[in-house]
Formats: sequence, C-alpha cells, structure tokens
Amino acid sequence: MKNKLKLFIIFTFLSFCFIIFYKGLNNSNTYTPKINDKRNIPTFKAKDLILNININSKKVFEENSFYIVNIWASWCVPCRKEHPLLMELSKNQSIKLIGLNYKDKLNNARKFINEFGNPYSQILIDDDGTLAIEFGAYGVPETFFIDKNKMIIKKFVGPINQKIVDEIKLIIK
Amino acid sequence: MKISKIILVIILFMGFPQLKSEEKTDELKNKILKNVRCLICQGQSVYDSESDFALSIKLVVKKKINDGVSEEQIYRFLREKYGDWIIYDPKLNKNTYILWLLPLLLFLLGGAIIYRNLIIKKN
Repeated sequence: MKNKLKLFIIFTFLSFCFIIFYKGLNNSNTYTPKINDKRNIPTFKAKDLILNININSKKVFEENSFYIVNIWASWCVPCRKEHPLLMELSKNQSIKLIGLNYKDKLNNARKFINEFGNPYSQILIDDDGTLAIEFGAYGVPETFFIDKNKMIIKKFVGPINQKIVDEIKLIIK
Repeated sequence: MKISKIILVIILFMGFPQLKSEEKTDELKNKILKNVRCLICQGQSVYDSESDFALSIKLVVKKKINDGVSEEQIYRFLREKYGDWIIYDPKLNKNTYILWLLPLLLFLLGGAIIYRNLIIKKN
C-alpha cells in the first residue's frame, strides 16, 4: 500500500513536470515589455528638427489634446511603411503627432520628410537615443498614445497598421 | 627649476581626487549595467551588449549617476519603463514569490525528511 502511494506521488510529480515543460515549449522566449501600463510622460529638453530651437516637454504637450509620439528614423525601413498611415492620422484635428527622430543624420531626416510628407506638428531630435529610453522604447519604430491627462495609455511596438489607426480613432471619438 | 617641479607635482596631486571620483562613478555604472538585461540581445547584459538600445541605456545610466541619482532609483526607473524583467535580480512580489519561496520550502522539506529518517534509524 505504502509503495503504491509512493509510486502514485512520483508519477503525479513527473506528470506535473512534463505538462509544465511541454506547455513551456510553446511560449515565446523573447521578452516584450508590458505595453498597456499607464505612465506619465517624461520631462525632457530636446531640439526641434525644423525650427532648430531647444524646447521642453511642457511646451511640447501644452495643448489640451490627444498626442501621438512616433519614434522614427530615415534609415528605418518599417518607418516608410507606416508613414502613409501617420499622414492619414495627422488629418484628424483632435490629435497632434510628435515625431522623435532616433539616431539619425539630420540631413537624411529632412530629406525623408520632404519626400514622404510631414505628418508631425513637431519633430524632436534624439541623436543619442536617450530620449527614447525616457519614453520606455527599445527600438524603432515605436508609437505612444497620450491622452488628455498627459498619460501614456498605449504603446505600439513596430510599424502601426490600419487596425491600430482604427483603434486610435475609436479612442479619440 | 626646482619651483616649477614642485608646482607640477602639486598640479598632479590636485587632479588625483577627481580621478578617484571618476573611478568610483565608473565602478557604480558598471555594477548597474551588469545587472541590467539587454532587451535586444536577450542573452546579454547591457554591459556586454553593443546594441543601439544598450548604448543608449549606458548613456542614461551614466547621466543619472552624474546627476546624483542613487542605484536603487536607477533600477526603479528602468523597472517602471520596461518591467521587472530588465533587472537580473528580481524583487519579491506577487509574481515572483514562488521563485523566492520554493527553494526555501524544498530545503525545509528535505531537512524534515532527513530528520525523520535519522529518528527512525535511532529507534
């Protein structure tokens, strides 16, 4: 009786381990930071790409409106793919787009904007990537959606698509 | 000639404390960077990685140390932005209590089994 109980416990334990490891095989081993945590916008100072003046975060987000912060670079191929969607979003009056030009050559960035159009109300220069870190980004492109309380309420890693644009439009309504 | 030599020695010694403090800052910076995981090359620490993300984190940590931000505050900043996973040394919270308590429970269970067997053998 005692031996049977021992066998049963060992069998149950091994089955439990097997199920855990088997389930683990399907899990992705690449970590992605949580993307739906509400966070305050960081405070910072940065240079404007077009006006070539220094500006602080208070001034950038001073209007009572929804904001989108889009991290982009002229060397980033997925950024070209999402650019028409950003142009579409920029037509919406209740939202302001802020561009964060990430580790880019300024001339190339200006050329990119001249060629594909400027969806941004302001473009900030992030030449060493530290501003992107303050926002909690780890790559390019990344997009942050900021509500009227100046809270980052959504983060989109990678290029935005039509589904994301529709989602943003739904929130603004 | 002698005076100029003395002045030179004094100048060299004046720079010494500054070098010492830079060394301390570098030590703290390296300690923090070795405990931060690179999110791009996830097998490496930020200290070992040369990815764009790691280079930017290195700059941010250096700037924060120079601004007088403490080690704990820097970890808190990184956790807020990227979650607990970015730090190699996880904090005890509702997501990690099994990780922390399971080894202790197994140790106690093992100890109890050994103790029980010893008592049985004695009897």
